[in-house]
Amino acid sequence: MSHLENLTLTIWRQSGPDDAGHFERYRIESISDEASFLEMLDVLNERLIDEGKEAIVFDHDCREGICGTCSLMIDGQAHGPQRGTATCQLHMRKFKSGDEIIVEPWRATAFPIIKDLMVDRSPLDRIVEAGGFITAPTGGAPDANIIPVPKPVADAAMDAAECIGCGACVAACPNGAANLFTAAKVSHLNLLPQGQPERWSRVEAMVETMDEYFGSCTNHGECEAACPKSISIDVIALMHRDYRKAKFKNRKLISQI
Amino acid sequence: MAQAIQTRGPVSGTAVTPKKRPKLFVLDLYRTAVGKKYVMAVTGLMLVGFVFVHMIGNLKMYLGQEDFDHYAEFLRELLVPILPRTVVLWLLRLGLLGAVVLHIHAAASLTALNRKARSVKYQGPRDYQIANFASRTMRWTGVIVFLFVLWHLADLTWGFANNWGAAAADGEFVRGQAYANVVRSFNRVPVSVLYIIANIALGTHLFHGIWSLFQSMGWNNPKFKQWRRHIAVGIATLIVVANVSFPIAVLAGIVGE
Repeated sequence: MSHLENLTLTIWRQSGPDDAGHFERYRIESISDEASFLEMLDVLNERLIDEGKEAIVFDHDCREGICGTCSLMIDGQAHGPQRGTATCQLHMRKFKSGDEIIVEPWRATAFPIIKDLMVDRSPLDRIVEAGGFITAPTGGAPDANIIPVPKPVADAAMDAAECIGCGACVAACPNGAANLFTAAKVSHLNLLPQGQPERWSRVEAMVETMDEYFGSCTNHGECEAACPKSISIDVIALMHRDYRKAKFKNRKLISQI
Repeated sequence: MAQAIQTRGPVSGTAVTPKKRPKLFVLDLYRTAVGKKYVMAVTGLMLVGFVFVHMIGNLKMYLGQEDFDHYAEFLRELLVPILPRTVVLWLLRLGLLGAVVLHIHAAASLTALNRKARSVKYQGPRDYQIANFASRTMRWTGVIVFLFVLWHLADLTWGFANNWGAAAADGEFVRGQAYANVVRSFNRVPVSVLYIIANIALGTHLFHGIWSLFQSMGWNNPKFKQWRRHIAVGIATLIVVANVSFPIAVLAGIVGE
């Protein structure tokens, strides 16, 4: 185990939603290279609390890359420099001694800053509420394999279902669009037999809820590069196709095949 | 996920009251960002089709004056005698004009939407990870191509810009003498340079645009996926190489005596 010396952190501090906010610089004399980025912030916060200053507020929960709570724009990259990794799984060994690291919150009109590095991502919840469910009657767990699903379809649906809803796609998108998030949520149900009854109403409702908060897709692919689950923008094409079909099917109100 | 600042809306998708929609189906579709992307894709496809056919027509230049002028006259006589002379040509022109207007209106309103979606920019330095030069410069190449088309019309359709700085030996612009007009225009070196630069901008725009339209329309599947890039590179290269060859051929004396 070795240590990194002399890190300079430039961190966004903002006391509340209405505050203008500013960058503040902090020095880290020494930190283990086995510390995660969030643990490094924990160490810094302990020090700030000891000094009687206010700790830096940031989102975190499971710290094992599956809950989608952590965020942070690190050196201009959502979830930092390591591809396919959430901030909580990013370790200090990805940095060098003497590095200057700039940490900012996600920035999008739909994600107002609550405090410091914490933003309100509830518009993503609004999108899921609009259609990210199935209305099959629930009961006891059904037997495995009672509904046959071809393996490639199950794989594709699972790839989409990997989305942890962290909002990195919105943060990385030059247009502040949430197409990758919405498309992942649409695809994971629309690909599976269980999602078919609401397939067309789902995609229409979710896309139009997305429209109320976010920008539009210009196919840069930045979201895919930022996604901690490396979800492909292929799901966006799938959502665009289903939305196009849904507009015609829902309009005619015939049997939605 | 993050805590909400404002009070939460209805939580069930079924509890959401349906929004008021414009009665006309196409207006309802155009209202949404994804709908505007469909319009951009379809009008873009029309314009790519035009540019491609235009390029094929221009190749007649290499067959000599008679063939080239005959082709120009043929365009005016499309579907004669079913329809009177130039009627089809004008229908095509109106279609293209409509496509240009819609393409630009959709682009402008989506750009405005995207600016609004990130009202506060990132305060630290930030760079694109994988977005290519073409996708980042769509707005600029689009504006360059639009201004160039205005010049191109003034030069070779209306003709008033055709005489500016032209050599006395080349004579004056005469409507219908397409071959002589082209040669007179390209014999001016700065004009040839302008055509070459504008066509490279066009190629860059098409490279991202053609790939992008498949994504926007949702025309994708695992087997077709990689072909979308190849198709975009192929068409853009073909159009740029052929179009750039015309001014070079005139300056080199291959076309025109």
